Amino acid sequence: MKIVVLTKQVPDSGLDRSLSADDFTVERASASNVISELDENAIEAAMVLADADPSGVEVTLLTVGPDHALETIRKALSMGPHKAVHVQDDAIAGSCAVTTSAVIAAALGKLEYDLVLCAAESTDGGVGGMAQMLGARLGVAAMSGARKLTVDGNKLTVERQTDDGYETLTATTPAVVSVWDSMNTPRYPSLKGIMAAKRKPVETMSLSDVGLAPEQVGAAGATSAVVSAEPRPARSAGQKVVDEGEGGAQLAQFLASEKFV
Amino acid sequence: MAEVFVVANAANKLTYEMLTMARGLGMGDVAVVVLGASGTADSIADNLAEYGATKIYAAEDGVLEEFLVAPKAEVLAKLITEHQPAAVLLPSVQEGKEIAARVAVSLGNGLLTDIVGLTGEGVATQPIFAGSTIVTSRVTKGIPLVTVRPNSLTPSPEAATPERVTVPVEVSDQAKLVAVTDRVTEAKGDRPELTEAGVVVSGGRGVGSAEQFSVIEEFADLLGGAVGASRAATDAGYYPHKFQVGQTGSTVSPQLYLAAGISGAIQHRAGMQTSKTIVAINKDDAAPIFDIADFGVVGDLFKVLPQAAETIKKSRQ
Repeated sequence: MKIVVLTKQVPDSGLDRSLSADDFTVERASASNVISELDENAIEAAMVLADADPSGVEVTLLTVGPDHALETIRKALSMGPHKAVHVQDDAIAGSCAVTTSAVIAAALGKLEYDLVLCAAESTDGGVGGMAQMLGARLGVAAMSGARKLTVDGNKLTVERQTDDGYETLTATTPAVVSVWDSMNTPRYPSLKGIMAAKRKPVETMSLSDVGLAPEQVGAAGATSAVVSAEPRPARSAGQKVVDEGEGGAQLAQFLASEKFV
Repeated sequence: MAEVFVVANAANKLTYEMLTMARGLGMGDVAVVVLGASGTADSIADNLAEYGATKIYAAEDGVLEEFLVAPKAEVLAKLITEHQPAAVLLPSVQEGKEIAARVAVSLGNGLLTDIVGLTGEGVATQPIFAGSTIVTSRVTKGIPLVTVRPNSLTPSPEAATPERVTVPVEVSDQAKLVAVTDRVTEAKGDRPELTEAGVVVSGGRGVGSAEQFSVIEEFADLLGGAVGASRAATDAGYYPHKFQVGQTGSTVSPQLYLAAGISGAIQHRAGMQTSKTIVAINKDDAAPIFDIADFGVVGDLFKVLPQAAETIKKSRQ
């Protein structure tokens, strides 16, 4: 089975993030960049399948991003995938999610895959629609929001986490499956994995390699545009009391004064 | 006159918020698109009328429930092509976002998710980066196709008499690739939905065990609120994952958010910092949650919450 895992380099959500002042794209140059958090769950899901069938499963990472995305590609490779494909072209910068899905779909069209694994959402854009966008573009099954995945030959069963419980989904490969962090706990790369990652092949594809023209992507091909961006006014700390026996009563009093009780 | 589509399958607060938002756009009449099993539209028609729906497109067929989102997206995309609405609003919940994603791709239309405001000119307001930045954006290809985040505005009723239009449901084989073979609703008792609740009481690692989460539940029930949990608490198995508030869980924006035993890591703040009023209880005086709390109590939640509950109960007598 050939598995492609989508990974994305994003600014660290644990630090301040911003949009660049001139074109409102995500400020990446000054940000500390990391693998989008749930992507690690998608890689883990792929490696669990690879561990169960070491000779029968090949895992390829696919990343669309600038040159420095190579840093997170190497980190992701240290978790065990066999190789990576990096779609890199300056024209892609500024693409919206809908346009990005066209780039990923075009790249997938150049690869062999039975199963595409990705995150249910990224920690930057957070649109949460990539699996369904790819399913629609590629004409394959899209099973989104998995908290459990079972593979039996070409038959896939997913437990999809929903807002009020879960659903059981079935489909056959080829398919795109997006996962939540409830699915697994990503492994820590071993020292051996980190060393091996440095030698693993990373193929670079340009826009023309995937068969798209510059005007179809980036700001020119984007389907939406940011008009303005303002930092949200920072919240300031309010009243703080130390419980010396009356903390609960003081809390009740505050809730009453704000008309919550 | 053009129509504004509101996609709704349930008579809930978010539906009323979307109807209120759609009415305020001045782009056209408000038409609700119902995509569901037979009888769905009739069961909520009165509620939709109360909030100003002038038309209900009822696309009802079991096939819409037997397969994952693709059939619903296909029917909606066809309706949009046929009726050319001025804008389309969907609920910013998992299913709504996924239907919108498929519609955007199939129509080559732009998509803006998690919006909290929309103008008649099609400019949408979105909090991004966990609410730390507010952007305004517009769709540049096609019509404004947006998903609306719960608790974005206060719904107001405006009675109308909706016309019912039956929409024929034809679904391609391509949209039937993922079958839904089972649907399980996990018991949530009588509490409101986490993302819609006006009051959310959340517990963190400081709660200490699954059994002790009852102190959080009791306080939530006292205020008629929903229960939430930090990632540390769900990872530790104290509370089910679906109640997680934060970057990788639900984003909530209630009138009151009470965080008990939660330190306030940025992961958690990402999911709750747009709440109107924030209250925190934590033993650690230096917990970052206090930096954003309107009212903080440095103390043991197992002493503070029961005492607060007693005081509130007495005041109600």
